[in-house]
Amino acid sequence: MNRVDAKRRNVVDHRKKQFADPVFKEATYPHRLNFYSAPPTADITLEQFEQWAIDRLRILAELEACSFRNRTPAETATHMKPLLDKYLPLDAGSSGNPKLLHAQRQKDHYGHFILRLAFASTEDLRRRFTRVETMLFRLRFQGDDSRERAAFVRTLNLDWEPVSEAEKRALAPQLAATVGFGYGKRAPQVLDEEWCKVDWIRVPDLIESRKVFLKAGKAYVPGREQQSMVLNAFTKRLEQALEDTARALPNLDEDDRLAPILDHLSKNFVAPDASYTGTGAAVDGAEMTARNVDNLAQHFPMCMTHLHRSLRRDAHLKHFGRLQYSLFLKGIGLNLEEALVFWRSGFAKITDDTFNKEYRYNVRHVYGDVGGDSNRRSGGYSPYSCQRILTEHAPGSGDAHGCPYRHFSLENLGSLLRASGVTDPSVLAGVKGDTEGQKFHMACNRVFEHLHKTELKRARDEGVMTAAQLETIVHPNEYFKRSYVLKNMDREKAKKKGGVDVKMEG
Amino acid sequence: MPHSVLSAEGSGSAPSSPIPKQEEPTPAAVPASNPHSGDDDVPMAEAGELPSAAEPPAAQAAADDDMMEIEQVKKPEIKLEDLFAGMDSDDDEFPSASPPVGAQEQETGSADGADNADANFELLRTYYQRFFPWRYMFQWLNHSPNPTNDFKHREFSLWLHNDAVLRYQSYSTSDLLRKDVIRLMPRRIEIGPVYTADPRDRKTFRNSTAFVPLAKELCFDIDLTDYDDVRTCCDKANICRKCWKFTTMAIKVLETALREDFGYNHILWVYSGRRGVHAWVCDKKARALNDQQRKAITGYFEVVTGKLGSKKVNIRRPLHPHLIRSLDLLKEHFQQDVLETQDPWQAPEKAEALLQQIPDPELREALRKKWDALPGRASVSKWADIDALAQTHAGAALEGRTLLDTKQDVVLEHTYPRLDAAVTHKLNHLLKSPFVIHPGTGRVCVPIDRGDLDGFDPLGVPTLQGLVNEIGAWADTEGPAAMAAVDVADGGEGASSSGAAAGNQEARRLQDWEKTSLRPYIEYFRSFVMGLMKDERETAVKRERDEDDEVEIKVESLDF
Repeated sequence: MNRVDAKRRNVVDHRKKQFADPVFKEATYPHRLNFYSAPPTADITLEQFEQWAIDRLRILAELEACSFRNRTPAETATHMKPLLDKYLPLDAGSSGNPKLLHAQRQKDHYGHFILRLAFASTEDLRRRFTRVETMLFRLRFQGDDSRERAAFVRTLNLDWEPVSEAEKRALAPQLAATVGFGYGKRAPQVLDEEWCKVDWIRVPDLIESRKVFLKAGKAYVPGREQQSMVLNAFTKRLEQALEDTARALPNLDEDDRLAPILDHLSKNFVAPDASYTGTGAAVDGAEMTARNVDNLAQHFPMCMTHLHRSLRRDAHLKHFGRLQYSLFLKGIGLNLEEALVFWRSGFAKITDDTFNKEYRYNVRHVYGDVGGDSNRRSGGYSPYSCQRILTEHAPGSGDAHGCPYRHFSLENLGSLLRASGVTDPSVLAGVKGDTEGQKFHMACNRVFEHLHKTELKRARDEGVMTAAQLETIVHPNEYFKRSYVLKNMDREKAKKKGGVDVKMEG
Repeated sequence: MPHSVLSAEGSGSAPSSPIPKQEEPTPAAVPASNPHSGDDDVPMAEAGELPSAAEPPAAQAAADDDMMEIEQVKKPEIKLEDLFAGMDSDDDEFPSASPPVGAQEQETGSADGADNADANFELLRTYYQRFFPWRYMFQWLNHSPNPTNDFKHREFSLWLHNDAVLRYQSYSTSDLLRKDVIRLMPRRIEIGPVYTADPRDRKTFRNSTAFVPLAKELCFDIDLTDYDDVRTCCDKANICRKCWKFTTMAIKVLETALREDFGYNHILWVYSGRRGVHAWVCDKKARALNDQQRKAITGYFEVVTGKLGSKKVNIRRPLHPHLIRSLDLLKEHFQQDVLETQDPWQAPEKAEALLQQIPDPELREALRKKWDALPGRASVSKWADIDALAQTHAGAALEGRTLLDTKQDVVLEHTYPRLDAAVTHKLNHLLKSPFVIHPGTGRVCVPIDRGDLDGFDPLGVPTLQGLVNEIGAWADTEGPAAMAAVDVADGGEGASSSGAAAGNQEARRLQDWEKTSLRPYIEYFRSFVMGLMKDERETAVKRERDEDDEVEIKVESLDF
């Protein structure tokens, strides 16, 4: 009974040891950038806790909005600059006094870890958090002073192997074919560039776009593309860390001080698609039946109009077309029963038997009527946002899905628009300019504004819609909803509804 | 006589239900195409991202485990053919596309649809019992002689004759797989990924992370239907030797790139039975790739994009080394197999499409004038015209660079591989196993020897009916001779009977497949599998040795 506990045996002065506060190493921030591998340890006040988190969240939400609006990296950087300066300044090491720098970096560090706690709970939140944090990191990485950046990268211990001079010379022609990308005539010379080789699986995005030379499983990455590898490492480590956090969350022995704050933070960050998951009618007064879809099609954005026309023309749609369209219809409030009727009658050329065998399951799956547990519990998938339509599953030949502004040739887009009643040359020219500048949202919104110009003017004059409700549309269902509301303004007013609550996302 | 051979059971532990009287199908009575076999691969990950979406579309609600349990209740002895005898006759699974060459002894009066299905069913049973290379399939997926988790946790999916699909089947040994296949008689077997746990136990895990796909061969799928806009000889599901050349070119380009660029060595090409080809990259490193990396590979190989109504090839200059090399490989094929054989710009509207790609308007007009004046000019000459006119043309001299780019784009558009990317993207995508019978054509999905790529004839591969006829012919000619040589008591019973083997010490007993035209394909597959297993063994040994080396170095360094 009196045996000394093994751990205590060598303690010289156990009284001191027993009650001593644990001393953590004070975090120092030698670099502007941070991989956030060690959590913060110092004390901060509750106000700081909340304020820092909110400031960072504001930045992240804005970044995400930029990506939804398909802004180019350069535009995003200009757009974000004043916001970053205001909410989350992070100065270069060469400028300013060390004390200020420390405070800035500390805020960055703590803010990140607080949001980690708030956004680790679900898969969806984790994915989005990783995405926007990586965007923020990329923004800062690009803006970093090159010497500081190099010093930071060295601390990361990423195992890549430099390419020797001899090998560089031997592979010069092949390397030359990849080095000039994005540099035009002023391409740097092969031999001037720092090359390193890594296993290709570490740089899948460079491989996917054929930006680097590949030999025997090794990718030859030029110095400036190392960014992609650093970003990859950042994403990967963050994903892992978030999963660890998620596992630790239930053990967070938390009272009522932090939990409400964290809860509140994550609620302000809901997915934009999620607002259309409901199967209830998205707009009031519309008759959501299979028969009425033709009628409602006048309110559809071009992507859905095209799908609808293709369906009526061919009596068939390919897989991703079905998926995109049936999710949209689900989003506008067509219920499963009606959806089955709609698709059955839409596929007029096939027999009942074929339909039941090959398509019925699909439609039911979309509505979460069949499938795995998680699919059924979440009621199927959410309607695709513009972001998803633009980036995922580019259509191949014979496909009707995708975004017409992005995936159509100019002639096809023009004829589609003209067929939908857009004939004004100035609008068409505007759309052409938008699509050439990769601003697909702008093009779509331009068409929307043109098609609804009288209604919009009235709405503005009468103050029916607030400014927020007239913001850029970034979801096909939003397009429909707004179009429907505008075109039926009188009915709405008769019902004394006043301003319709059109919820914005992002 | 085929009948006598068929009645002798293969040397296995199969639940041997006696085979009823053999009735050869009459080819004339069989519909030439199967309405349900149009699609060669079914998008298993139907709805994209959600892992739960991996339910097959054809699987009705009953097709999951419930179905499995129902099936298991039935005794193996049940006459499965009875179940299917009444099936709708438009669903004939084996409308043998190639007439059985050696089938003379057809019994008349058996051309009834139900009988036919029975006969096909029996042929399939014979095939699974006697021809299917179970052992090599096992070694191929297992990578070692003793069963490992690579095999035990591997998903198989069986497509039954009533259109139900049994997903998530798994087997601890190759024998169990064989037994189950012979019991259920699937018309198609698909292979999925290796999971973290036994797929049959998947419902017992509470959280979804405990059951996730770990590894699968890197797969590619090339379908000739994707070439419909450049092939002139056939369309849809039809193929001929002319358009098969597109596949040959695709294989060459992919194979070279996978070897030289990605550093993979074990690449198995399998004919899909009708109009395409599958690739299985079996290197350990390739099997471990995740979805993102697989997607990157398809991106690397994506050159011909189907952007609606616009230019098909849109690539950056300077050309990536991979594309330079591919163009080098494809040049000759373009001249012979495309320009000469396919004559792609014969039709005026096709020629017009080509003209639209010519960057210089003056040159375009000059070409149009010339081609309009010479209707029916062959594509080879049209192609030569571009260069000829460009030289004499003043304005085009400046455009030398872009004209070359255009010509490269045209070559790539007509020859570069067109992949069905969905097959490659997902770790959990299922792909039809090698050596199954294509239900529409009756052809065996045989591996293609890449040493003799140009000699492969998709229309000449063994068919189910053909194999059975061959074994019958063998028994008639070789069989008795072999029997006589070894002089055994029951020589008439066929070469595979145990009595024959026992009486003969020297001559090795031939496997059934060795007596047929399937032999070279299985032998090729065997050598492929042996190479793969050898490599796996060596890497394992090497790793051990490396570890030993490290220890030694440490010991040495201690001395200093």
